[in-house]
Amino acid sequence: MSVLLEARHVGKCFGGIQALQDVSLTINVGEIYGLIGPNGAGKTTFFNVLTGLYPKDSGAILLKGSPLPLGSPHLVAEAGIARTFQNIRLFANMTALENVMVGRHARTRASVIGAVLHDRRTRAEESAIEQRAIQLLHYVGIADRANDLARHLPYGDQRRLEIARALATEPALLALDEPAAGMNATETAALRTLIDGIRVDGITVLLIEHDVKLVMGLCDRVAVLDYGEKIAEDIPERVQSNPKVIEAYLGGGIG
Amino acid sequence: MEILLQQIVNGVVLGAVYALVALGYTMVYGILGLINFAHGEVVMVGALTALTAINLLVGSGLPGPVILLIGILAAAPVCLAVGYLMERIAYRPLRNAPRLAPLITAIGVSIILQYLAVLIWGRSYHAYPELLPTAPFDLFGARITPTQILILVLATLTMVGLLLLVHKTRLGRAMRATAENPGIARLMGVDTDRIVSITFMLGSVLGALAGVMVSVNYSIAHYQMGFILGLKAFTAAVLGGIGNLGGAMVGGILLGLIEALGSGYIGDLTGGVFGSNYRDVFAFFVLILVLIFRPSGLLGEKLADRA
Repeated sequence: MSVLLEARHVGKCFGGIQALQDVSLTINVGEIYGLIGPNGAGKTTFFNVLTGLYPKDSGAILLKGSPLPLGSPHLVAEAGIARTFQNIRLFANMTALENVMVGRHARTRASVIGAVLHDRRTRAEESAIEQRAIQLLHYVGIADRANDLARHLPYGDQRRLEIARALATEPALLALDEPAAGMNATETAALRTLIDGIRVDGITVLLIEHDVKLVMGLCDRVAVLDYGEKIAEDIPERVQSNPKVIEAYLGGGIG
Repeated sequence: MEILLQQIVNGVVLGAVYALVALGYTMVYGILGLINFAHGEVVMVGALTALTAINLLVGSGLPGPVILLIGILAAAPVCLAVGYLMERIAYRPLRNAPRLAPLITAIGVSIILQYLAVLIWGRSYHAYPELLPTAPFDLFGARITPTQILILVLATLTMVGLLLLVHKTRLGRAMRATAENPGIARLMGVDTDRIVSITFMLGSVLGALAGVMVSVNYSIAHYQMGFILGLKAFTAAVLGGIGNLGGAMVGGILLGLIEALGSGYIGDLTGGVFGSNYRDVFAFFVLILVLIFRPSGLLGEKLADRA
């Protein structure tokens, strides 16, 4: 099994707070990899460092063996990492379809000149972008809402739209930040089917999730963060019975 | 009745120019939340650059409209470069600074551009040669000159083109995504710095066009012409709802109409106490009213999201 993403000794401080400390992990191609931990453990910080939103203080992150580009997150997107957000961040005043079409930006090339002249190649690319975006809306099951403004979509559909937009960037690694947050049992079950399908289609998934049942049922391997440090990494069954993990979740000071 | 129609024609033409300039303000504001007060000076640079090119060609025997076209084609790349450089040098380093810093920088850039223009073109008023036929056409009793017709046609084409660009192309989508949330746009693969650059350049080219149009219309250009024109266009942008392209167009036309009708009738209405020399007052009177009663502008709802 080949390695897709390798994080080596990643560290990140905010002021005096060590949000990530010496975090190393490897994600294999085709895996669904879970990242769990109590609130404030550093999961979202790891996502933000991974996608270039925050610069890391130390360590390295390699995607397919090469270091992730520094500087702007758009280069990370080009390199093949896409993400969704714990608190949904769509382009609220654009339609669902347009949101997904923005996701195609890194994989298309029409220039300013093309945009002004609107030549045949530009038009062909534009219609390809639209076709692909419609496919993706079908894929996540909200094609009927294509022309609604993102802010008018119901909550569950907004989550799906974020996934479609992320998929539009053709990621090698799809990072989902608490995709089941606020969903009811039916919606969560549908989400599970969706994530499973994404993996079957060849995209590796990194999943932050509080819903332990979802994580344990879906992930091949799970890493646990606590106070910015990785305290466990294993298959779900063994992580669940790991004493350090139990302590982190239940609080060590009590017993 | 003829006077009313005449003032409406004049107002719409003037408004079309305001709208073109207002688009430059509103595009940049939409994307960066920055009011680029130096945009009026870009318009001035466009007018004077075109004038230089036009003066070189005016004895050459080329037909007037061709010379005018060459003037516009000379002004556009110069303004594009000015727009690019001012964003790159003056504003980009202040991207994350408090809002007041780029605002004051904009005023500084505007003064720098004015005095660069003084160095190149001097302080005097320059007469724009007559390049288009001056004989007006009759429009139900009102007169409309070929220049005015050209302004209306060019402004309309430009605005339609811009709307198509913003709403129907990959670039436009990236611009709107950047305007809504630059951070997320970057995560989706949009190079937002590039989008900001392009926005400045596009706005500046529109400014160049507006500068040439207004100079041809009034047959005059000088280094301070961008100041009052810029302020009025800014007023138009605020009137329509700054950050909103349609708003800049509506605001521009409305402001042109208010100014033309106001200055046309103020003499009669006040029994001659105020004359048409008070025309500039109307724009700023409108600005004050808008800021008091509808600060988000006529079509602007987006402001609330941004604040």
